[in-house]
Amino acid sequence: MIDIKNISFSYPTNNYIKEKHILADINLDVKNGEFVSMLGRSGCGKTTLANILAGYLVAQTGSILINNVEVKKPGKNRIVVNQENDLFPWMTVWENMKLVKSNEQEINKYLKLVGLEDCKQYFPNHLSGGMKKRLSLVRALVVNPDFLILDEPFDSLDYHMRETLHLELDRIFSSTKKTTLLVTHNIDEAIFLSDRIIVLGGMPTSIVTQFNIDFPHPRKSNIRTTKKFIQYRNAIKHSYV
Amino acid sequence: MKKILLIILLIAVYQTFNSLLPNDYLPSVSQIFESFLKNLSGTEIYMHVFASLIRILIGFSIASVIGIVLGLILAYDQRLRDLKLYIELLRPIPPIAWIPIAIIIFGLGNPSSYFIVFLGAFFPIFTNTYFGAVSIPYIYKNVVSSFQISQFSFFFKILLFFCLPYIFTGLKTGIGMAWMSVIAAELISTQSGLGYFIQLNRLLLQTDNIIVGMILIGVIGNLLQKLIEFAEKKIIVWN
Repeated sequence: MIDIKNISFSYPTNNYIKEKHILADINLDVKNGEFVSMLGRSGCGKTTLANILAGYLVAQTGSILINNVEVKKPGKNRIVVNQENDLFPWMTVWENMKLVKSNEQEINKYLKLVGLEDCKQYFPNHLSGGMKKRLSLVRALVVNPDFLILDEPFDSLDYHMRETLHLELDRIFSSTKKTTLLVTHNIDEAIFLSDRIIVLGGMPTSIVTQFNIDFPHPRKSNIRTTKKFIQYRNAIKHSYV
Repeated sequence: MKKILLIILLIAVYQTFNSLLPNDYLPSVSQIFESFLKNLSGTEIYMHVFASLIRILIGFSIASVIGIVLGLILAYDQRLRDLKLYIELLRPIPPIAWIPIAIIIFGLGNPSSYFIVFLGAFFPIFTNTYFGAVSIPYIYKNVVSSFQISQFSFFFKILLFFCLPYIFTGLKTGIGMAWMSVIAAELISTQSGLGYFIQLNRLLLQTDNIIVGMILIGVIGNLLQKLIEFAEKKIIVWN
């Protein structure tokens, strides 16, 4: 269980930059095995919150507990998959995995899960954008974190690749039941993948509202055209501040 | 083909320029060619080339090891970064300006030329390695901290490899600087090498030999550069 209490954050100031209060009093609980999306406009502080959850930034007030242990610094119990490519380009697919996990059976299992078992000797530059994302995802999953943070991971991909990866991520999520927090500004992506959507807004940013998404996992592509999906989309659109 | 045409053009420009000079200040192309063949058929020129190459090999190797290690360590450990001030103060001094001091400390001969070569190569290698290492993206550091990768693995598997393209840029600049420095050092402080060969022929007024020496310096300098580029292609295979 992830328990986020009263998180507030401002970026440090200097002579040239005025204090920028980004996050104000964020409170949120994420149950084990739940897939939660944080939705908000670009620049609203979603990534800042993800970085605080990862332990890369320290909030001025509040606390984060993961299974009752306070987050104070980055750790293996929560792994971030970034929008940017964070694979090491000089290491092969296998070496990127081996760097974080020594158990070769586990590595093979996860590479097979995303269809990269035949690409072990490839360098990341030899992979497509979608394959790189899959590799980042399984590199995160192979260390078996309590909590997976996906920070706009599909943003740089084209529409078709994104759709394919949504299905794949949902399939992986359905089989692993990994507690996941997705940071995104893409409403359809959030509805398709999540059990719950948190809408962030205002300045400083706070939680505006929440939506429970009632579609069973694993989900099929055609739910995007259902009336319920469109209703969710409209409701979320109107909740934006 | 293009390269051959450019060389022919260079020869034509030289010949035209030479014909405009009032006296026989410079040798003709045919004299240079003759001298070139004569030198290549003898043994002396090979001895000088070998002497210069040994000097550059020793001085450049020491500069590479120290430049890369120091560049990585100073970038890795923020507490040591102030030491960079010493390097920054010494960096603008051209290697040639060190020759008198080198002769005082090491005497005439090889050690002072190793030192001058070292100085020529060290600064570009160190500077490129250091700035490469400090520019490592925060995203890699985040991966290291999240996955709790050991500092040993970070240094040898991530930082070093991330810096390799920067290191090779430093090595390419460094080898050029080292080659120029060894020739300069040999003009003054040694009794062998291509620099000495040019100096000796200057005293003997053998301008054709001087130009042969200069051509060899240019060709060998270029080959050394190509050697580093070849190593770069073989090592940085992921690009």
